[in-house]
Amino acid sequence: MQKQLANWGNYPAVTCDEQAFSQDDQLQAVVAQHDAIIARGNGRCYGDASLAVHSISTLKYDKVLDFDVQHGYLTCQSGITLDQVLEIIVPKGWFLPVTPGTKNITIGGAIASDVHGKNHHVDGAFSRHVTWVDVLTADGQTIRCSHTENTDLFWATCGGMGLTGVITVVKFDLKKIETAYIKQTQIKAKNLDEVIRLFEEYKHYTYSVAWIDCLQKGDAFGRSILIVGEHATTADLSPKQAEHPLQLPKKSQLTMPFNLPEFVLNTFTVKAFNWLYYGKNFKREITNVVPYEPFFYPLDAILHWNRGYGKSGFVQYQFVLPMDQQSGLVTILKRISDKGWGSFLAVLKVFGQQHDLISFPMEGYTLALDFPVRKGLFEFLDELDELVLQHKGRLYLSKDARMKQEIFWKSYPDAKRFQEIVQRYDPKGKFRSIQSDRLLLTKPQ
Amino acid sequence: MSTVLILGAGSDMAVAIARKYAREKYNVQLAARKLEYLVPLQQDLQIRYGITATVHAFDALDTASHAAFYASLPVKPDQVICVFGYLGNQETAQDDWEEAQRIIATNYTGAVSILNIVANDYAARKSGTIVGISSVAGVRGRQSNYMYGSAKAGFTAYLAGLRNRLYHDGVHVLSVQPGFVATRMTEHLALPPLLTATPEQVANAVFSAAAAKKNVIYVKWFWRYIMLLIRNIPEGMFKKMKM
Repeated sequence: MQKQLANWGNYPAVTCDEQAFSQDDQLQAVVAQHDAIIARGNGRCYGDASLAVHSISTLKYDKVLDFDVQHGYLTCQSGITLDQVLEIIVPKGWFLPVTPGTKNITIGGAIASDVHGKNHHVDGAFSRHVTWVDVLTADGQTIRCSHTENTDLFWATCGGMGLTGVITVVKFDLKKIETAYIKQTQIKAKNLDEVIRLFEEYKHYTYSVAWIDCLQKGDAFGRSILIVGEHATTADLSPKQAEHPLQLPKKSQLTMPFNLPEFVLNTFTVKAFNWLYYGKNFKREITNVVPYEPFFYPLDAILHWNRGYGKSGFVQYQFVLPMDQQSGLVTILKRISDKGWGSFLAVLKVFGQQHDLISFPMEGYTLALDFPVRKGLFEFLDELDELVLQHKGRLYLSKDARMKQEIFWKSYPDAKRFQEIVQRYDPKGKFRSIQSDRLLLTKPQ
Repeated sequence: MSTVLILGAGSDMAVAIARKYAREKYNVQLAARKLEYLVPLQQDLQIRYGITATVHAFDALDTASHAAFYASLPVKPDQVICVFGYLGNQETAQDDWEEAQRIIATNYTGAVSILNIVANDYAARKSGTIVGISSVAGVRGRQSNYMYGSAKAGFTAYLAGLRNRLYHDGVHVLSVQPGFVATRMTEHLALPPLLTATPEQVANAVFSAAAAKKNVIYVKWFWRYIMLLIRNIPEGMFKKMKM
């Protein structure tokens, strides 16, 4: 059936014919039936990477096939969400090896985007923890690939935005935990220089991320809060928490019922930041033990927070610059704060080493912030793209909805090799999205 | 621990029902034609909910095999949920007897055949619950789907009669008329969102209605009134409508 589909940024929205499957033969039939199709999970990439005239929803293909509780391995179908995985593994003392800032994505999406988390500088991206992946390719064959087997397909699938085929079954390793809590420390930084110094000082922490206040100028430019954390041990817990160390306390969830005028979310974030930053008794550094949910998924507590940006939607702009391009970070952040169009808060994170075929992370600084869609925005972002390129950086495809193709080809050094592998497995370009056509990774029809 | 048998366990609605019962700590028997469809769900239920799930080959159309199928179950279930159904294609069924027969045999004859066997067992044991997933399409025949509707009408009447008979044996029968449900079977249809239930809503409604020994439920409450309205349109007017 034809319907309007958009991903998390509500931009772009397209008319799409989406079909679901829950069995392998149903998937094969749908893939065989179309010349142009893309797999879609829970629609949490921000832009057009999983949008196409025909999409195939993996959400009903969500069965857990094996859970090795002894050694910490999970084998599951690709449509299961991280949320469901956590429900299964946390009570048994295991955690996701890598998680992005929302648990509402599917495992298939985690691989197609090769997601990173607050522990990238220690644990790398999701692909590092994948034992193997089964991919249904264009000719109807399901091929198993891994770090050692059909490696070309594996590296083109991790971060490959679904262009090699449909990810069907995945085996990955888990991280051992003693409790469902995180011992976190929040440290205030007066400006950008200080927060970058703090990242270095606190780099032995498994998890780290900083929230930057984009509105400050002068000495306070880049004023931020660095949040670092470790999985708490039972000794860290309060007596009440220690009664059920692997269970989270009950929580309620708020829902954003409709699209809000666009200033509201910023008002909300301003207040949240001020509360954190200036809050009474807030020392330079505080440490406390919190459930894993608010630590990893602060925004998931508000269902549909994306509606806070209003009807025309928003784009999230996330780029990474290499370590030696700190000056670029300052330049770009200044441009954004001078323009005043971005969200009040930006997320800054230091990535560790990674060099994969097409995955986004590289050793350096990554910054992410939201821009509500408005007249003139895309021209402005084009200017930022040039700056990112000048400083040898690149943009995250899972957030992208508008990058020009030449920026992509210039900023991803292995794009050509990636395209060759995609074409080897899919010579007719069956798997394609609006994004892949826009970036000329596939030939627009 | 109680056991539930799900007949037609391959569908989206059946998956949701199986997960709901497993979450409530029932052991689950999954029955459908293709065993390979059921194995992933079997693993999923056992890993997620720590219950025992088994898989059983069952073909609704092969009525001759039903007695042996029921006899072969390792444990007799405390509850049987008949989920299978076949929407078919109305227009094809008007010209093609095979399609018409498949609609009738899946939705009516096949269901009657297996539930007769279950009913006799439960009557003898003086306990058990039978749940039949019928359809609002069975309330009144409409030109767009009266093949399916008439078979479901038969099934609804069968369940009502069975409820009446088994009441005296302490056996409960629940009829479910889900209205529109967003599943693979209906994904090509433009269903009004307000009137459309998710498979999970159906599963929750079935579980609590069976526990509360309700007789007939609609998943979304306003369907009861929609069907009341549809039932009361005079036939002279109804036949002229295009629906």
